[in-house]
Amino acid sequence: MPIRCEIVSQDRVVFSGDADIVILPGVEGEMGILPNHAPLLTALRYGIIVVRKQGEEQFFTVAGGIAEVQPDQVTVLADAAENVLEINVQRAEAAKRRAEEMLQRGIPKESDEYFELQAALRRSNLRLEAVQRYRQRVQRERRE
Amino acid sequence: MASIREMRNRIRSIKNLAQVTKALETVSASKVRRAIATYSQTRPYAEKAWKLLLHLARQPGAESLHPLLTHREGNGPVLVILVSSDRGLAGAYNVNIVRHTLQAFRDFESQVSYVTVGKKGEAMLLRRRRTVMAGFADLPPIPRFVDCAPIGQLVISEFLSGHFDRVFIAYTEFISMLRQEPRVRKLLPLEPEIVPMGVHSPEATHPTHAVFTYEPGHTELLNEILPRFTSLQIYRSILSAIASEHAARMVAMRNATDNARELILALQLDYNKARQQSITSDMLDISAGAEALAKSMAEAAR
Repeated sequence: MPIRCEIVSQDRVVFSGDADIVILPGVEGEMGILPNHAPLLTALRYGIIVVRKQGEEQFFTVAGGIAEVQPDQVTVLADAAENVLEINVQRAEAAKRRAEEMLQRGIPKESDEYFELQAALRRSNLRLEAVQRYRQRVQRERRE
Repeated sequence: MASIREMRNRIRSIKNLAQVTKALETVSASKVRRAIATYSQTRPYAEKAWKLLLHLARQPGAESLHPLLTHREGNGPVLVILVSSDRGLAGAYNVNIVRHTLQAFRDFESQVSYVTVGKKGEAMLLRRRRTVMAGFADLPPIPRFVDCAPIGQLVISEFLSGHFDRVFIAYTEFISMLRQEPRVRKLLPLEPEIVPMGVHSPEATHPTHAVFTYEPGHTELLNEILPRFTSLQIYRSILSAIASEHAARMVAMRNATDNARELILALQLDYNKARQQSITSDMLDISAGAEALAKSMAEAAR
């Protein structure tokens, strides 16, 4: 019996479909959700969601959010989420450079801007890392 | 009566005007569609977040669990987010929302301050000498969630710091191309039992009663979801207001185009008449001249 998985961000539905297992980056550690999991609510950290169905895997970056787990359903309310295949590498790299430059120029710590830049940097790093680690894998699998 | 040349120029300029209004109408029509499409894409998150919120809020003692859920006694100061547009030429769109909002808060005993979205609303409030705490303008044509998130952060921090006891949002709800209605909704403190705008999923109203594991705690999760939910409400209101703005502009521009066409018809008629008249009088002149000439030649021959 598969488990229904839905990943939504504030402005769109990122993924909706069945899965055999969903791996979530919970704040207290990674967790693999199988069908008939006990009800659970968890906050998410920056990380990768893996949705596996019959040996085929899909990867999503998620920049924090909340997940609700029911025996037959996983719902992810993400702050920002995207399929690894959709990531625009150039844009992520540009964003990373921009954030790093701004940080180097020296911005008072504890200011809102500082936190925002840190978050932007974390997001772009996450995206780039995800692309490196997973994109080739997915593309290779697709070809086979 | 204007000269024929003047009339011709006038007709030409009105034709140009009609072309411009027609173009604006078409542009607005496509923007309405885009705004509506974006709006409906936010529904899944809104429904799921609300379901989660209801679930968490129905836990015993939730009312005192989080400051964003806590109702405050008395008539403390009130903050109102007023959503208007940056540009005019949208019929009575901006006037309606401002008038409706001022009316809604006229009899409030507490002090009312405003945060505006859109230049028009800000200007109108300032002219009426209201307190405008902050003004957001120049949002992208179809904003993304992150474009609107700062508004949410601002009002949440103002509410939490105790400067304001209640926060409302005033916006124009899109009902159809021909109908948009000004609305005032309460944002904070959050009342989870009130159905949020544009959410009507029956599944959302029966949260499960199973025992949940919370990671981390219940309060931390509320901390996560409440600000996001509030910001999302603001975002959705803004999208609905943008759809309304463009629908209002579309109708205004269609009326303008129709009026221009009518005017062109009337002017064209006048112009044709004047032209006919001038031709007739020219012909009369010529034939009178020819006749006079013939007469004088006949006389000379005699």
